[in-house]
Amino acid sequence: MRSSTSIWGCSIQFLQAIPLDQLLIQTINGIVTGMILALVASGLTLIFGIMDVVNFAHGELFMLGAYVGVIVLAATGDFWIALIAASLIIALLGAAIYLMTLRPLLGRDPLTTILATFGVSLVLQNYALWQFGPVARKIQEPFTGHFTLFYLDYPWYRLVIALLSAAIIGALWLFLKFGTYGIWIRATTQDRVMAQAMGIPVPWVLTVVFAIGAGMAGASGVLFGPLVGVNHAMGLDWILKAFIVVVVGGMGNLVGSIAASIFISLLEAYASLWVSPAQAIIVSFVVLILTLLFRPTGLFVPTPK
Amino acid sequence: MREHRGTVYWTGFAVILALLIAAPLVLPEFWRRFLTEILIWGLLAMSSDILIGYTGMISFGHSAFFGLGMYGAAAALISIQPPNLWLAMLYGLLGAAAVAGFVAYFSTRLRDIYFAITTLIFSQIFYVMIFTWTEVTGGENGVTFSRPRLSIPGLFSQPFTTATLHWFVVAVVTSSYLVLRRVTQSPFGMVLQSIRENEARTRAIGYPIERYKIAAVMLSGLFAGLAGVLYAVQNRFAAPDFVFFLVSGETVIYNVIGGIGTLVGPIVGAAFFLLLREGLSRFLTEYYLIPVGLIFIAMVIFMPQGLLGFMRRWLNE
Amino acid sequence: MSTGTAPTAPLLEVEAIHTYYGKSHILHGVSLEVGRGEVVGLLGRNGVGKSTTLKAVTGLVHPSRGEVRFEGRLITRLPAHRVARLGIGYVPEDRRIFRLLTVVENLRTGLDRHGVTAAAKKELLEKVYAYFPVLAERRNQAGGTLSGGEQQMLAIARAMMLEPKIILLDEPTEGLMPRMVSQIREIIDALHRERVAVLLVEQNVPLTLAASQRIYILEKGVVRHHAPAAELQANDAVIHQYMGV
Repeated sequence: MRSSTSIWGCSIQFLQAIPLDQLLIQTINGIVTGMILALVASGLTLIFGIMDVVNFAHGELFMLGAYVGVIVLAATGDFWIALIAASLIIALLGAAIYLMTLRPLLGRDPLTTILATFGVSLVLQNYALWQFGPVARKIQEPFTGHFTLFYLDYPWYRLVIALLSAAIIGALWLFLKFGTYGIWIRATTQDRVMAQAMGIPVPWVLTVVFAIGAGMAGASGVLFGPLVGVNHAMGLDWILKAFIVVVVGGMGNLVGSIAASIFISLLEAYASLWVSPAQAIIVSFVVLILTLLFRPTGLFVPTPK
Repeated sequence: MREHRGTVYWTGFAVILALLIAAPLVLPEFWRRFLTEILIWGLLAMSSDILIGYTGMISFGHSAFFGLGMYGAAAALISIQPPNLWLAMLYGLLGAAAVAGFVAYFSTRLRDIYFAITTLIFSQIFYVMIFTWTEVTGGENGVTFSRPRLSIPGLFSQPFTTATLHWFVVAVVTSSYLVLRRVTQSPFGMVLQSIRENEARTRAIGYPIERYKIAAVMLSGLFAGLAGVLYAVQNRFAAPDFVFFLVSGETVIYNVIGGIGTLVGPIVGAAFFLLLREGLSRFLTEYYLIPVGLIFIAMVIFMPQGLLGFMRRWLNE
Repeated sequence: MSTGTAPTAPLLEVEAIHTYYGKSHILHGVSLEVGRGEVVGLLGRNGVGKSTTLKAVTGLVHPSRGEVRFEGRLITRLPAHRVARLGIGYVPEDRRIFRLLTVVENLRTGLDRHGVTAAAKKELLEKVYAYFPVLAERRNQAGGTLSGGEQQMLAIARAMMLEPKIILLDEPTEGLMPRMVSQIREIIDALHRERVAVLLVEQNVPLTLAASQRIYILEKGVVRHHAPAAELQANDAVIHQYMGV
């Protein structure tokens, strides 16, 4: 049915021009990247939700996670040990960063936390450059192997990443929903003062949440490592996208940031059918601007009346 | 007492101005250019102080204003022959104004943290656009062009020497400073500061906050663009690196180190930072940012009023 | 002052505390005492510092001068979460229940403590449900969906989860219908029977006079009058003087 004047008709024509197999591959790519982005962004939004802190250093935690992965992998030869080690070590690093730079800023203007975490990101980036040099490292996938998707071999590993990320996020959600610590965290997020008045050890809760967010970023770094080279600047791209996701998804909204991650990654994946990846990122910029214009509280969040 | 402080202030001002003017006559070439660069970055930092220090809007978008000023000037210097200084300025300011208008629109709809993040993302939008649009902007490598002559139509036309360029920059930066100072001390400036202190109350009193914020962004953006023009003229190239959000971040660092809300503070902060970088890079090559970053963090925590604020307090005691 | 028992050290002692809010001097040396199991009322007009006094006890506000003692020990500088665990429950003005948590989860914020067995927790929960059947009905509903009166019940029940020795109530009857007001009175009486002390801040003078053993009257950040409730009920000139009622 060709109705060349209607938008529907044009879209159909447009879509028919794209080879279906490429579309499908990009869909999967989009979901895979989206899940990793979701993992990074959930840590960020969790931290923001509970303590109003925009963690500029989140991308660097991602990056350092990847490097720790490289080191542990070289030492043990086991990818999974590397993944767990990186998550734990970066979580501890996160706790240390929180205690040293963010705890002292507790009573102050929340904008100072942006500055402080920006400083931390600079320090961590250059530390990585100093320790590891400018040459990119590589993390080997834990298993190679492809399955055939049309005429292409699609690596299993990518699917596994998506599943693992989903699993980690799912575990986080369960943790928050049930269990004492989940209740403490949610209570602290909603009303920090009353949480204290109920005997919840709020300073400890804040540290733990920051550590969890950091650990998730670290894990993402290791998971994503095999897909790109590991270098000191890899955090920059991700922090940008993570920020976009967190704003589009609604600050502090876990489900929103997951949805936004996948949405934006899918759009970018489709866009890269036509333009270079460097330009595909403009798609996410456009989504951000549209969100800010029309739905500033978040794309998937009903605008409050 | 107030007159006394006024005299002290203007005396200090005159002294520093005299030093700046005398500088190219005594300093070796490298340091001459270095001083000029400090002034240019100082102008950029000062422009962002209008937003950060006076209106209370933390912005990571200044690299966009700076970059567009730079590329605007580049456009004029490349496309119009012979390269004309004033046209370069005009184009640069127009470029910066366009970006500022864009950012200003969003500034009224977003508060604090959202605004900060969005300005950062805007910097990156322009970075990506400039980086990938190779045919027009030269992409990753940027563009080079020749330096225009210092010319006042009808009077004279002379190529710049390091000294005259320095004096030109001093003139521009000093006048910018005086203009901005006048603005911040005017009723307009007072309203900005009241917005910083308590936006809700200022709105309740009846001020159209949105208009003030837009004006603040435009003002800030124009002077940042001016800094970009100066940079282009001095260095004869434009590159996307300057639009990358890290440049905005460094600008914010100058502000915090020097002392926000003081206009002079950011210039001091820029000088401090650049000198520190120069000094440390002799020992630590590229990793100078580690100690600088640590100092920055420490200052955010312990000395939020910056060097200038600290000295002010120290002098008052 | 207390009813016939041998004199014991007061459960709670507030000694000449001063607090500031920015540059404003809010409390100018407030002193009061609450004995074990006593119900003590704190009256005063709006803005005199009644809520601030409660906050100073809980540790949400730290006095710049003066001391707060609980069971003889100094708690002035303790962080609020430690104070709560010592056995001081707090029910703030406007309730402040966790709106996005269910009723049960709200209760668990106080229930889930170290050293309490699962059996003990169950028992405590049942006991509170007995006092507040409405909460039992709505146990899996989000706190924000409860009515004003129900939220007040939840706020008090939540504080009771800490098994406190004293509960600080800040204007519990504000905005409630008369039927609920008498329910609050019943709860205060029940707490008194359980030997839980109550420090009651209220605008509702008759309720306070009826429920309390002793009354403090606050004005402009200082205690202006202190008497047994019976005395003030008999002679209400003092009340008129300070409350303008």
